[in-house]
Amino acid sequence: MKGLSVSKAVTALMLAGLVLLPLYSYLSGNIFILTLFTRIVILALAAASLNLIMGFGGMMSFGHAAYLGIGGYAVGMLAQEGVGSGFIQFPVALAASAIYALVIGALSLRTRGVYFIMITLAFAQMAYYVASGLARYGGDDGLTVYKRSDFSGLINLSNRTQFYYLCLACLFGVIFLIWRIVNSRFGLVVQGLRSNEQRMQAIGFPAKRYQLVCFVISGTMCGLAGALLANNTDFVSPAVMYWTRSGDLMVMVILGGMGTLFGPVMGAVVYLLLEEFLSQITEYWALIMGPLLLLIVLFGRGGIMGLLGRIGRG
Amino acid sequence: MLLVVEQFLNGLQFGLLLFLLAAGLTLVFGIMDLVNLAHGSLYMMGAYFAATFAAWTGSFLLGALLALGATLVLGIVLEVSALRHLYGRDHLDHVLATFGLILFFNEAVRLIWGPAGLALPLPAWLTVPVPILPGIHYPAYRLAIIIVALLVALLLYLGVMRTRIGMLIRAGASNREMIGALGINIKLLYTLVFGLGAALAGLAGLMQAPILTVQIGMGENILILAFVIIVIGGIGSIRGAFLAAIFVGMIDTLGRAFLPNLLRQVLSGAAASTAAPALSSMLIYLLMAIVLVVRPEGLFPAHRR
Repeated sequence: MKGLSVSKAVTALMLAGLVLLPLYSYLSGNIFILTLFTRIVILALAAASLNLIMGFGGMMSFGHAAYLGIGGYAVGMLAQEGVGSGFIQFPVALAASAIYALVIGALSLRTRGVYFIMITLAFAQMAYYVASGLARYGGDDGLTVYKRSDFSGLINLSNRTQFYYLCLACLFGVIFLIWRIVNSRFGLVVQGLRSNEQRMQAIGFPAKRYQLVCFVISGTMCGLAGALLANNTDFVSPAVMYWTRSGDLMVMVILGGMGTLFGPVMGAVVYLLLEEFLSQITEYWALIMGPLLLLIVLFGRGGIMGLLGRIGRG
Repeated sequence: MLLVVEQFLNGLQFGLLLFLLAAGLTLVFGIMDLVNLAHGSLYMMGAYFAATFAAWTGSFLLGALLALGATLVLGIVLEVSALRHLYGRDHLDHVLATFGLILFFNEAVRLIWGPAGLALPLPAWLTVPVPILPGIHYPAYRLAIIIVALLVALLLYLGVMRTRIGMLIRAGASNREMIGALGINIKLLYTLVFGLGAALAGLAGLMQAPILTVQIGMGENILILAFVIIVIGGIGSIRGAFLAAIFVGMIDTLGRAFLPNLLRQVLSGAAASTAAPALSSMLIYLLMAIVLVVRPEGLFPAHRR
């Protein structure tokens, strides 16, 4: 019981920090930190969506960065073609991600284990090469988004604080949704499939259909992150879909604690802050980050959330 | 005709090179059940070692031999110090830990050799074109790669199928606990297999080095190709890896060589020249997706022999 409270306290502290950050940025005049945290919040959203299928559903997708690209390209391409309204861009980004997830999920879910990891990776690489071949939209060099999504006066995405709160609201909304999903009958079936697929099938649940729906929900959520990311960087390029980006997302989820509601957020905050912090100390930050990841895997089971739970109990 | 033969040989050469990389990966995967993303880093290290040692000794062959030994030692050190503790853990743990190793190796290389790439010049006797058919010449070095890789493939086959160690390796692939229970020093066997895989990756890296520039991140693209190959071939199967590697090498090379012209017949010139490279890179992943959808365990699953 006490262990629960330690991790809860740290989570609450982190969330409070995220909510109050613009205030700190305003008081200290540190604009950079707001930009940094906007990126962190967006990637936390992507990590949370990955956690839905990886942590709760047991589907190890190694191609989740593809949705970041699809969401981003939906915004970028529409902006290029003169469609600046966010009311069109965002629904298109979500729909495109959902359709992509439906197609590759239907094919990938025929396999399991390492093969599933590899086939999701293969599809993401295909998406990467498709984006590289889009000559009209910059090809390899990427696409500059000259104008951020326009929500006709409702919210101004070019205002740093407003944009930050939009991203944070999206993150909280997605986590609330995941919480509702995980505790619903649907979510319990999906988690049951993770523990024992055969048994669930024997009870009479159509395993693949449940997993596919979960896969599509996760992909759509990540597409939202992609649309936000393109607005944040004013740029989208095939590089956001490269397989190392999918690896980054996986690292965030595992680092924070797979299958916990706020673990991925914690993972994203710690991973990206650590990257930022180490890169300020030394140009060769990955020299420390790499072995650190190895140590976390070797000694830190259950990620940060698991660690906090153990501190509370110990 | 000349172009077709040349591209065909290029495809064969690339495929064999991929096989060297995939063989080590599939052995480690099949026997230790370890997903080693850092295999591409060993390939990169092989290339860097070769470029450095060749510059020191002034001899390409001596440099290559020293580099081979160095990657073998590096592999063994890596296994004993870190990866050994990952056996029996979840695949996800492997992915995360070896992802960390990639970061480490890339940065270490940047620290030691600097961000600019290196070049590994060939000795004069390897740069001459060799006549292979009347009127058709082929670079001696690429021919040498084909011969060396075929020899290594043959040795690997004989080693795994005809020697006692090879027997243990095959036994380890089909039932790990059992050969441990029979009194085989399984730890030593694992270290040996990992070292062998590392040396094969290093060999692939150092042979590729004179053709491409030696640079940071060179291992990452080719690692994914190697994974595609072992997944197509069936994890743990060397025979599957060999066939899939040749297949993938051919598709990649021939696609790159001939797709632009094919596309130009249907598309406008500019559109074809940008779409073709992307399409030929996609072909391999398309192939893998099709194979996995039709045969979810690869073409030659190792445990169903």
